[in-house]
Amino acid sequence: MGVEHKEKIRITDGDWAVEASGLVKAFGANRAVDGVNLNVRAGTIYGVLGPNGAGKTTTIRMLATLLRPDTGTARIFGHDAVKESQIVRQLIGVTGQYASVDESLSATENLIIFSRLLGLGRAESRRKAGELLEEFGLTEAARRPLKDFSGGMRRRLDLAASLIAQPPLIFLDEPTTGLDPRTRSQMWDTIRRLVKTGSTVLLTTQYLEEADQLADRIAVIDRGQVVAEGTVDELKSSVGTSSLHLSVQNPQDIETARQTVERMLKVQSIVSYEAGKITAPMANADLVTDLLIALREAGIRLAEMSVQKPTLDEVFLTITGHGVKDEGSLASYEYGKAEVAKV
Amino acid sequence: MRNTIMKPGVSRELKNYTSFGQSVRNSLTMAYRGLLKLRRTPEQLFDVTFQPIIFTLMFTYIFGGAISGDVQSYLPVIIPGILVQTVITTSIVTGVQLREDMDKGVFDRFKSLPIARIAPLAGALLADTVRYTIATVLTFAMGYIMGYRPEGGLDAVAIAAVLVIVCSWSISWIFAFFGVIARTASSVQGISMIVLFPLTFLSNAFVPVDTMPGWLQWFVNMNPISHLVTAVRDLADSGTVGWDLAISLAGAAAIVAIFAPITVRAYMRRT
Repeated sequence: MGVEHKEKIRITDGDWAVEASGLVKAFGANRAVDGVNLNVRAGTIYGVLGPNGAGKTTTIRMLATLLRPDTGTARIFGHDAVKESQIVRQLIGVTGQYASVDESLSATENLIIFSRLLGLGRAESRRKAGELLEEFGLTEAARRPLKDFSGGMRRRLDLAASLIAQPPLIFLDEPTTGLDPRTRSQMWDTIRRLVKTGSTVLLTTQYLEEADQLADRIAVIDRGQVVAEGTVDELKSSVGTSSLHLSVQNPQDIETARQTVERMLKVQSIVSYEAGKITAPMANADLVTDLLIALREAGIRLAEMSVQKPTLDEVFLTITGHGVKDEGSLASYEYGKAEVAKV
Repeated sequence: MRNTIMKPGVSRELKNYTSFGQSVRNSLTMAYRGLLKLRRTPEQLFDVTFQPIIFTLMFTYIFGGAISGDVQSYLPVIIPGILVQTVITTSIVTGVQLREDMDKGVFDRFKSLPIARIAPLAGALLADTVRYTIATVLTFAMGYIMGYRPEGGLDAVAIAAVLVIVCSWSISWIFAFFGVIARTASSVQGISMIVLFPLTFLSNAFVPVDTMPGWLQWFVNMNPISHLVTAVRDLADSGTVGWDLAISLAGAAAIVAIFAPITVRAYMRRT
């Protein structure tokens, strides 16, 4: 047992938990991941956002030593994911897109087996399993076979299993896909708590709201490449400013209203004649006061007025040039607004 | 929420290799998992329960008169033969189940844990020795009910049983390899049957070798299954240990030495 094989690591804020550069993985002719670069600071939540088939899961699998990259390197707390894979495995917890627990066993049995595999003793494994089950609110279901578990319970057990060894880095592959809203927000709370105690979380999601809610930084991934990276605010501001939406009571006023808007705000506006709506970028909120007074003086009555901040949907649309595919139901409610902002 | 659980390891010992001791411990834990699964789904034991009973009855009464004159004198020939055939056939299921198991998400977790790579495979194979034991005991029991009284005594029969279980475990590495490389569970079953059927029937398990044509005798006498059957007969009939036992064990060791590494490698490559 040579000294060179052993070392201590100390994880402090500011260290890189993940450094990936130029990761490529092709399955036949399909380049699932096509040169991904990612840097994740320790102690943060990092979101990888993208539609189905964008390469999120393949990227995570390479970082988690489950898949060998064709080219490129990945380092976890400075350890190479290919050459030092067994060290990396001691530093990570992986919760897959599909629950990676044993269907035919009970929750307790699952956790005990994983604990034993991680080198805990018989009694300690049992204690640890009990603790985790209590922590994740699964104590009552502990003895039932997983076949009877709901999706949310399975995810929680899955996350519990990833935390046995208290890994400093946790990969969560679409942790809330398919969960109902209440279970989803419970999951979010758990993830936030993880980070408070010093863990680093790298999560993938196709829910724009989830990335917005949780992540400190986000990488937008599309067709195997990172197309944008930054904080949520940075990404939003890259799309542009908030926009002002006005609709007039009398459709005949709309042309006058448009001219007033463009004169007062000194910008181009977009008019939807059928809906009687005007949309204009709002760079300077102060000018809106003048605009409203001018509209009143011109005798134009407003039916509705709202200010829209850019959403991550718009970010996604602007960056990739297309909407979130395959998941129309998720993005469609924002789609109308997004279209307007894009023009 | 207690914070103690969520606290990540701030400083820990890291090593990039797995010791032999850890490999054994991990494999035993995985074997424990296999046993728990057997307990939860006892219907998995259906084949090892009924195959020995049905095959022993069928073959003895069909071939007994034709080959040995009567059923009683055929028993010392057929029981070791059917034992080897049944138990080895049972080991195909190991490969099939491994294929089904590997498609499940839990194998992703095994791969992401810092455990010996061989453990998920070795553990599954180890747990399956329970199946071989059941098949072995039932075959001998059926023979006993039909009047089979091995001259070698209980000790020799027990040694013969252990020999068959050890050899079947070794052979199951071949089917584990098929299980790892095949796409579907049914193709594992298919390939394995094609390999095993000629091997078990082109042996001395059911009929005396001297009734076969010369070119076939050459193959039958080479066939490792024949050596295993002969070793079991020697033990059961006279309690003697001969070359056939040594050849069987050497063959078993060779199979493990070849197939365990390539199976683990194939398992590592498969994503």
